[in-house]
Amino acid sequence: MSISNKISKSPVELTKQDFVSDQMVKWCPGCGAHAILAAVGNVFPKIGYRKENFAMVSGIGCSSRFPYYVDTFGFHGIHGRAAAIASGLKVANPGLSVWMATGDGDSMAIGGNHFIHILRRNIDINILLFNNQIYGLTKGQFSPTTPLGTVTKTSPYGTIEHPFTVSGLVLGAQGTFFARVPDNNIKLMTEVLYEAAKHDGTSVIEILQNCIIFADKVHEHITARDMKEERQLFLKHGEPMIFGKNRDKGIILNGRHLEVAELGKNGINEDDILVHDQYTRDPSIHRMLGRLKAPDFPVAMGVIRSAAFDTYDDLTEGQIETAKKTSNIKNVNDLLRSGDTWEIE
Amino acid sequence: MTVTKGKPIELEDVVVKFVGDSGDGMQLTGTLFSDVAALAGNDLATFPDFPAEIRAPHNTIAGVSGFQVHMGKRKIYTSGDMCDVLVAMNPASLKANLKWAKKGATLVIDSSTFEQKAIEKAGYVESPLDDGSLDSYNVIKAPITDLTKESLETLGVDKRLAERTKNMFVLGLMFYLFGRDIEKPLSFIKKKFADKPKVIQANQVALQAGYNYGDTTEAISSTFNVDPAPMPKGLYRNIHGNIATAWGLLAAAERSGRPLFLGSYPITPATEILMELSKHKSLGAKVFQAEDEIAGICSSIGASFAGSFAVTTTSGPGLSLKSEAIGLAVITELPLVIVNVQRAGPSTGMPTKSEQSDLMQALFGRNGECPLMVMAASSPADCFYKAYMASKYSMEHMTPVILLTDGYLGFGSELFRIPDVNDLPPIKPPIADPNDKNYKPYRRDESTLVRKWAVPGVEGLRHRIGGLEKTNIDGNVSTDPLNHQLMVNIREEKVFRIGDYIPLQEVYGEETGELLVVGWGGTEGALRSTVARLQEEGKKVSHVQFNYIKPLPKNTRQILSSFKKIVVCELNNGQFVNYLRMLYPEYPYHQFNKVQGLPFHVQELTDIFNKLLEE
Repeated sequence: MSISNKISKSPVELTKQDFVSDQMVKWCPGCGAHAILAAVGNVFPKIGYRKENFAMVSGIGCSSRFPYYVDTFGFHGIHGRAAAIASGLKVANPGLSVWMATGDGDSMAIGGNHFIHILRRNIDINILLFNNQIYGLTKGQFSPTTPLGTVTKTSPYGTIEHPFTVSGLVLGAQGTFFARVPDNNIKLMTEVLYEAAKHDGTSVIEILQNCIIFADKVHEHITARDMKEERQLFLKHGEPMIFGKNRDKGIILNGRHLEVAELGKNGINEDDILVHDQYTRDPSIHRMLGRLKAPDFPVAMGVIRSAAFDTYDDLTEGQIETAKKTSNIKNVNDLLRSGDTWEIE
Repeated sequence: MTVTKGKPIELEDVVVKFVGDSGDGMQLTGTLFSDVAALAGNDLATFPDFPAEIRAPHNTIAGVSGFQVHMGKRKIYTSGDMCDVLVAMNPASLKANLKWAKKGATLVIDSSTFEQKAIEKAGYVESPLDDGSLDSYNVIKAPITDLTKESLETLGVDKRLAERTKNMFVLGLMFYLFGRDIEKPLSFIKKKFADKPKVIQANQVALQAGYNYGDTTEAISSTFNVDPAPMPKGLYRNIHGNIATAWGLLAAAERSGRPLFLGSYPITPATEILMELSKHKSLGAKVFQAEDEIAGICSSIGASFAGSFAVTTTSGPGLSLKSEAIGLAVITELPLVIVNVQRAGPSTGMPTKSEQSDLMQALFGRNGECPLMVMAASSPADCFYKAYMASKYSMEHMTPVILLTDGYLGFGSELFRIPDVNDLPPIKPPIADPNDKNYKPYRRDESTLVRKWAVPGVEGLRHRIGGLEKTNIDGNVSTDPLNHQLMVNIREEKVFRIGDYIPLQEVYGEETGELLVVGWGGTEGALRSTVARLQEEGKKVSHVQFNYIKPLPKNTRQILSSFKKIVVCELNNGQFVNYLRMLYPEYPYHQFNKVQGLPFHVQELTDIFNKLLEE
């Protein structure tokens, strides 16, 4: 769980400016995506790889313009397929730090299949999932994360679909890293992106992103400045899950459920509060944490899960290395002459 | 007791078909029979014919599995139309295949399996062995299953193994019939079942017993002999089309210095390429078995962006799913080889049956003006060379290439004279140099219009590409009308200019004449052997088989203009002929089409060509 030594480090210290591309950023003023770009600009120099070793891949949607705005190698794919493209890129060259920008429509609807399979394979790719609960680029249709009953241009009577919980889908697909951040907390986002970079395997960072035009303030009940302490639970590995303006509330495990408990009431003290273990391979508590919903619960922020499992890219390299050592077939001429052959004079 | 038999009957060529129930081991039997023929110096071609179901119900027509081999002392072009010898292991296989046996053919029949129940299941009312319906054939009735069991009695093998060994008995019998040596299959059996001494022993005994039975039975009145074919000196092997394709791709990776990446999803009849490449990790091949066809091609596009030689393999329905992503490879101008092992469509169609009906899809089946190179292989061994050349053009010209093979080629096999990989034409991809000050994503070579391949990780080459239209040279996102027109034209022209690098079309026969027979891809064998026969009769017929379809060879028009009549023969409803009509509308084309999931037969082609010559 550290910055990879398989990817070359920059010989000089880089700055945010090194990653600014010459392209004009065309997101709407006030869009949450600007904050994500800022956090990426913060974290790439901090990670310390050579500029040339970063690659940014995207699908289609507002989120997916991201590669044009970062001065790295970039590939803007087609709708839903970023995960598949990024998989090929990373497996072909494990010496790259591959980042993927995608949205709730791109990855959870049209690209749902690739999304679950990249997680299952645990390929070392960092996925920035911009969750604005709407299709923005096509101007306001409901997405797989739009809350039930929401009125949009394609649900004038309210949606009749149960939305995905991103964490539920990620952990259900055996994801090894899941984090959540609000778009108005660049500091936390930068820390979490750094954690994702350190994680070997697929990292999903769900960013509660505000679409100022088509779904303005959908996350407001969680992310508003004055709600922050009450509605957000900032997780830190090894620390008790305490929240609230006065840090007087915590999460306890009661039987098979998480509950909010007030410190000092009913004999509850800090020792009763659940301590966060982001590294445990057992996803049970991580699942419960991911599902906590306002207003009854604070929404879990930060790294919920970061569990160590073999990565597909490492296993691929391992098999090739072993085969190269043990096989008699060293080149294609050997292959053509292997097995049953005969000479005609 | 040895029965005195006359001198063996000398054959120029012979078609033998082994048929039985799915579990009867006909594929193995046919393969061993072919291998021994190859070792004896015959030229040959084989084709397996099996149901899509893994184990269809026992003793039914649906469960019949077959393997056909055509061997001879002369050049063999196809696995043959009708068979001269049919080996039938049960009533259903006889029922399903008798129509493919020539009148007077030799039928080797396992009479032990002709019990009332099996006879009825096959759809016979009465046993064909008794009702006189086989009178026009040379029938060798042998209680093969019973004899196998008897021969194994002393070994104390279980009933199931004894039952399953009957294919070796029949193989021994066939080796006797063709005067073959049985040492070779014995050593193969030892290798295949190395850890099962009981199985080896049972197979050996059954093989020998079958051979001895042939020697002693009065049912066989004469044997056959097929002399070796004159073949160029060299090292040979038997090769299946799908394996040849996989090896051609590996050779291209080695010669280009770009590591092979395959993103693919299992689909009949292309899966063998995926399975074969999965084996060759020692050659550095990275194989990604994707979650679907789209991920197959998209992972390959990602790998191609990474600088790997990327390939995706599929069949028709998979090609449909990949359409959008092919457009992405076209607009990003990345190398990518897309192998389509065609099968009978539309939709799921007939997965194990062959057809040439994806040509229009390969040429035009995408949104937008979306040109790419299209090639086709024409025989199982040719799959090696065409896969290699498709890879070469794809990498050197920075374009996706669709290589069309088909189930008939993929499953079929023929003898392959093994080349030295270092003698193949070199592959030199246009890799951008580190810190190339002039590098721009869409800056091009003036003569080929090819852009550079800038590999992520290399200093000074950071750039962004993708599915949105870009400005020429700089590669910035653009909706400028004139730039779009320019890029559309350049992409088309770039593919067209590959025509300067592909070989001229060869004509088999005279360069002018009465009739030009035109085919493309996998029908070469049937068309060539038909034309060869007519040429021997002195008819003014020539044959061209196209492997380069887009662009077409530069002498295509000149060839078409040199014959009085042109007939375009395809296993579809006329896709190539309509492509020719579009490009060269000045010629009147005749067409012969067949869409039955079956290859052309020499006889039907001969009739058509003769008719055209007489008109």
